[in-house]
Amino acid sequence: MITKDEVEHVGWLCRIEINDAEAEEYAVKLSSVLDYFGQLDEVDTEGVEPTYHVADIMNVFREDVVTPSLDQKDVLTNTAEEKDGYIKAPRII
Amino acid sequence: MVYENPDGVRIGLEVHVQLNKLNTKLFCGCSTDYHDSEPNTHVCPVCLGLPGALPVINEKAVEYAMKIGLALGCDIVEQTQFHRKNYYYPDLPKGFQTTQYDFPIAGEGKVVIEGEDGERDIGITRAHMEEDPGRLQHMGSIDKSKGTLINYNRSGMTLIEIVSEPDMRSPKEARRYLDKLRSILDYLDVFNGDLEGAMRVDANVSVFMGERVEVKNISSFKGAERALLYEIMRQKNQIRRGGEITLETRHFDEARGVTLSMRTKETENDYRYFPEPDLMPMRVADRVPAVAATLPELPDAKRNRFLEEYDMTDMHAKALTSDQDIADFYEAVAQNENIDSKDAAVWVADIFKGEWNYRDLAIHGRTNDPVTPPYSWVKLSGANRKDPTITSSIGSDDLIYIIGSVNNGEISDNSGIEVIRIILDEGGSANEVIDAKGLRKVEDDIVATAVSETIAENEAAVQDYLGGAEKSLNFLVGQVMKKTKGRADARQARELLVAALKS
Repeated sequence: MITKDEVEHVGWLCRIEINDAEAEEYAVKLSSVLDYFGQLDEVDTEGVEPTYHVADIMNVFREDVVTPSLDQKDVLTNTAEEKDGYIKAPRII
Repeated sequence: MVYENPDGVRIGLEVHVQLNKLNTKLFCGCSTDYHDSEPNTHVCPVCLGLPGALPVINEKAVEYAMKIGLALGCDIVEQTQFHRKNYYYPDLPKGFQTTQYDFPIAGEGKVVIEGEDGERDIGITRAHMEEDPGRLQHMGSIDKSKGTLINYNRSGMTLIEIVSEPDMRSPKEARRYLDKLRSILDYLDVFNGDLEGAMRVDANVSVFMGERVEVKNISSFKGAERALLYEIMRQKNQIRRGGEITLETRHFDEARGVTLSMRTKETENDYRYFPEPDLMPMRVADRVPAVAATLPELPDAKRNRFLEEYDMTDMHAKALTSDQDIADFYEAVAQNENIDSKDAAVWVADIFKGEWNYRDLAIHGRTNDPVTPPYSWVKLSGANRKDPTITSSIGSDDLIYIIGSVNNGEISDNSGIEVIRIILDEGGSANEVIDAKGLRKVEDDIVATAVSETIAENEAAVQDYLGGAEKSLNFLVGQVMKKTKGRADARQARELLVAALKS
């Protein structure tokens, strides 16, 4: 069972504000999700190699050749605030 | 003498090396040449973390990472892959950093340093690949800042993080490790260490086998030494006052030379590492032989070869091999048949290198002949680290000419040094400088000195000549010629003798 504290901690890690009522609700919902995944633990995986990737492909590379970057004005299109070509964010400590 | 390490200091370093010699970033084709550019001009959907953008691994970056791993004596892993390290910070536009976790490309290795009590192995735990975050700039001072400006040009640059074992026992050993690492990386030609942010250091330090403290934000090797000195003193004082050292991350304030406690960060679990689904795993083991074949002779091997092949002290061998360009320059000088290898070592390691470093020159170019070593000619070009408009260049042929001129007495030792200085400051070849500055005037002085010495040493012949025996003059001229090893002009010697004897 996931606790309210754990929900709040996960919320903090994602920088999402979660109020008390939400924390209680999510604790229940997240627990049921985890329980569902818990069923996977019942499968015997003895001697089975871990799957790191679902596609059975290796070594997908590109050459070290420059391709054009975006225009600065396009880069800044979606920013709430900008200054001298920089994206402006609230003060960060 | 064995170093006792009285405070039980243990230092481990995490060094981030930016592979700025690649043309493009780690996962996209954006150019790495952003250092003098406007902010946010070297970015694309991939390095901005825009939805739907798909990263593709730069093959050359993998090759460089393997090169570094091999040069540090690391085992290259059979199969490797990227992970997502999740944390929210505005320098990471995706909300996670693409890095490596349980399968780093390079495993255990070592670096040999000159320790407190002789040579010492510093263990390498691992070296892995990851992407560089963007750059944050505070508006005004950090505590009164009105906001943060973000420049993503650096976002997605290839970093290699080299993690050492806590094998260093003093800030001095840490500095030596960093210098050695830099030297090896320079040899590999995978990065330009003079570019801003090319090598960044985090340090883990503990005393008396206590908890370790991580010190971040160290921006230079000198800074690393200072930060460690401060942090060791702080920990010792804390223990002396009965306090305890707790596991924490501290921030090095370069201006004040102190470390400050930082807000507690995420712990390892909080990063929720998981395999990066957008990037395929890499099988690299079969590429090792091909990459190994591209490794140059590394500093330690070169030093040993210099000691075997040339006549020089171990100190000179170290000084000459810490930089590959200097080493090649030396060899081009020493291989000249008229130059003694020991002389060449003194001139290149002590005099030339001293003048070069005094001018704070970074080698930014070289030409050599032939195309592959051994080189018979090497020319080094450098630019001042603070003011790149100040440039210098000097060829191995200049040094050969200078050493030759000193050895046959045409110019004095001091003039030889002066010629190096003038070439570096004003340009020109050694021959031109010696002529232009009239340094060869010494030639006449040598003849004049030889004349007066001859007169003083051959009183009988002098008396004979003054008594009218003209033949005695021939004898005296012969003596002058002998003293000047035949370089004096016989007629000039005769005139000088006559003038001196008649006065």
